[in-house]
Amino acid sequence: MDNRDSQEIRIGFYICHCGSNIAAMVDCPAVAKAIGKLAGVVLTRDYKYMCSDPGQELIRKDIAEFKLNRVVVASCSPLLHEKTFRGAVEAGGLNPFYFHMVNIREHDAWVHTDKAEATEKACALSRAAIRRVAKHKALEVKRVSVHPDVLVVGGGIAGIHAAMTIANAGRKVYLVEREPSIGGHMAKFDKTFPTLDCAACILTPKMSEAGSHPNITLMTYSEVAKMDGYVGNYTVTIKRKPRYIKEDVCTGCQECIANCVYKEPKFRDEFNEGLGKRKPVYIPFPQATPQVVAIDSRTCLNFKGGVLTDMCKKSCVAACGEKQAIDFTQQEILQEVKVGAIIIATGFQPFDAARIPQYGYGRYPNVYTALEIERLVNASGPTSGHVIMRDGTEPKSIGIIHCVGSRDQKTNRWCSKVCCMYSLKLAHLLKEHTGAEIYNFYIDMRTPGKGYEEFYDKLLEEGVHFIRGRVGEVTDWAASPEEEGKLVVRVEDTLAGYVRRIPFDMVVLATGLEPKSDAQDVRRLFNMSCGSEGFFLERHPKLAPVSTFSDGIYIAGCCQGPRDIPDTVAQAGAAAAEVLVLVDKGYIEQEPNTAFILDEECCGCKSCIPLCPYTAITFDATRKKAVINEALCKGCGTCVAACPSGSIVQNLFEDDEIFSEIEGVLAHD
Amino acid sequence: MTNDWSPRIVAFFCNWCTYTAADLAGVSRLKYASNVRVIRLMCSGRVDPQFVLDALAKGADAVLIGGCHPFDCHYVEGNYKCLRRFQLLKRMVQELGIEGDRLRLEWISAAEGDKVRTVINEMSATIRRLGPLGIPAKVEEWDREMEQFAAGIEVLESQAEPCESHAGVREGANV
Repeated sequence: MDNRDSQEIRIGFYICHCGSNIAAMVDCPAVAKAIGKLAGVVLTRDYKYMCSDPGQELIRKDIAEFKLNRVVVASCSPLLHEKTFRGAVEAGGLNPFYFHMVNIREHDAWVHTDKAEATEKACALSRAAIRRVAKHKALEVKRVSVHPDVLVVGGGIAGIHAAMTIANAGRKVYLVEREPSIGGHMAKFDKTFPTLDCAACILTPKMSEAGSHPNITLMTYSEVAKMDGYVGNYTVTIKRKPRYIKEDVCTGCQECIANCVYKEPKFRDEFNEGLGKRKPVYIPFPQATPQVVAIDSRTCLNFKGGVLTDMCKKSCVAACGEKQAIDFTQQEILQEVKVGAIIIATGFQPFDAARIPQYGYGRYPNVYTALEIERLVNASGPTSGHVIMRDGTEPKSIGIIHCVGSRDQKTNRWCSKVCCMYSLKLAHLLKEHTGAEIYNFYIDMRTPGKGYEEFYDKLLEEGVHFIRGRVGEVTDWAASPEEEGKLVVRVEDTLAGYVRRIPFDMVVLATGLEPKSDAQDVRRLFNMSCGSEGFFLERHPKLAPVSTFSDGIYIAGCCQGPRDIPDTVAQAGAAAAEVLVLVDKGYIEQEPNTAFILDEECCGCKSCIPLCPYTAITFDATRKKAVINEALCKGCGTCVAACPSGSIVQNLFEDDEIFSEIEGVLAHD
Repeated sequence: MTNDWSPRIVAFFCNWCTYTAADLAGVSRLKYASNVRVIRLMCSGRVDPQFVLDALAKGADAVLIGGCHPFDCHYVEGNYKCLRRFQLLKRMVQELGIEGDRLRLEWISAAEGDKVRTVINEMSATIRRLGPLGIPAKVEEWDREMEQFAAGIEVLESQAEPCESHAGVREGANV
């Protein structure tokens, strides 16, 4: 490879039209002409698509033909195509870091409206790049080995599918789930649209397979507490909450539950959305994986306020007998695992319907959320699949209100994508279970997807009523005798053109999907970004939909945005594939933007040492010089900016390079 | 100040949040003032105060620094280091007689394309109101003054007796 630091500078400048994306707002030939006059520039070209094969070929050929030793491409964002062009430069036989990219699309053509101004800006930015690239040095890419194990955070369908895929490829996976069982929201669903196959029938075999897979280490009732390290070499601390049961000993016989001192279930059953009751010792649902009970210290008599008191007669321990699986002395433990890549699949939380008080959730007992209905129609739910309302009666008429906490300026602005379809499904199931008259109140019916529109057609034929209009309120105030004792939905029927009052026995709120309440903490934990709505941000909405801005960390499922089960599974598979690419390759190439110390200039003042968040800088007491450990340096450059003697240099962002860039953007030539 | 004068603002954006936010503004086709020139750094912590002073000295009318929000820095706390330097730098620049509004630090996350637009438009309007900073022109003026001053000394020195040269310099200073 030709590393021509000290030769005469010969720069090739390429400006991309990007079809008409750039060319419509920037006069590309004029920029090329202006840049051609600058010192060191021996060649300028404007080309329709620089990132295309012929575009890259152009760079390769020109390097040989015109003996170029520096290349500047003015096109899109370096975050998109810097790698592409560095590759082309390298293919031309040049060190890939003799290259600089100018962003004249995202930062120029797309955001300005005056062609003359945009062209001037493109010239200024290109001028800066020309001056900068002349100072570039040949650098070498570092190779870092990748730990072959993988961590998956979140045991919903996304996490399970991703973990299974990776485990089946022969890699070890740690699957961490916060609840006592994996399964996530999908485990709570009754049937799935549009095929109406039962959620448990398709999910639980996968759950038990994941639970018994030799390559999967299941860590339920656990949370990630800390993450250290970098791509390929993460050290993750996992907090294992005490379930007061020895997981390896418990056989799931549930004798302890039957023999608990509480003869009747008394406490809110989270899995059944509070519609049922459970005991302090419980298993969340029959097919829970692992088949291990858990003791809830907040409600168990043997604890008081979470503190062990040994006040209970502990009939559960007696029932467990010789197995002795119950251990009240268990403490929270922190377990450290080393992994090379991480998939975040932490899911969503349903919108809290009480935030829209006019719909009466929490005030009128017969107003339900969709997730409650899922449990109510489920054969293993609290009513064994009989739709019995909180007042003990069966509904004869049901209103389903769409877009509760979706497409709403006051709550969440986004469309939650799944509510139209699950409302249709619930309408079908409720009709099947009760034979009630069912009304859907929608803003728009959104049923894109394979077989979805057909499902909607089927519902229309089943005699479910559809009224277009956002519901104003749900009230128990009766205006006529037939409304007496009912919930009245007031809505403007925008197709018929008048305001209606329709009485129902039961109202179902199709609550939207929103980011988990602690999504921000998770984001910080894993160094990710969030979109404005709070879902985790993908690296690129189209081209890197499961990657994040942190290398080695991938996202799948509803933590990235609302989506249905097929999309979630597809995305989980994609994330698993990305992880396998990383892990199977065995190494990663790191951007060589690390800092180093100019030994002869360092005066040993130690200013830099406390600045480094990665403790990459140490002090060599014998020589009285600071030393940077290149393996630990992540290339932020904070120490470089702080060094009073200017003796720290950051590769790719040397002072000289930045000063010439400043000079370039401000120069008038 | 002529009507076609337009402020020149140099911006230092961190790679992970603010630069990405500016990309997002582009992808969302938000329109904003064209007089900001962005220089990409890995972290706002890399912003050496000298970069800011150098930009002003070379003709920038203002400098904008963009970094990740508190608690969100890709490098844990580079943005805090930037904030500390910025506070001191801003005070110093004001002491030098440069309006504080010409320096701005903003936390803009990768999701806040709209904030990029707002901040740039606001800043552009503010600097338009303040007018050109024109340090290079002032430096030229000072250079000219110094040259005249030096020429004056030479003239006085050639006229004066060698032993009275000090008095000559004092007179020269009053010219």
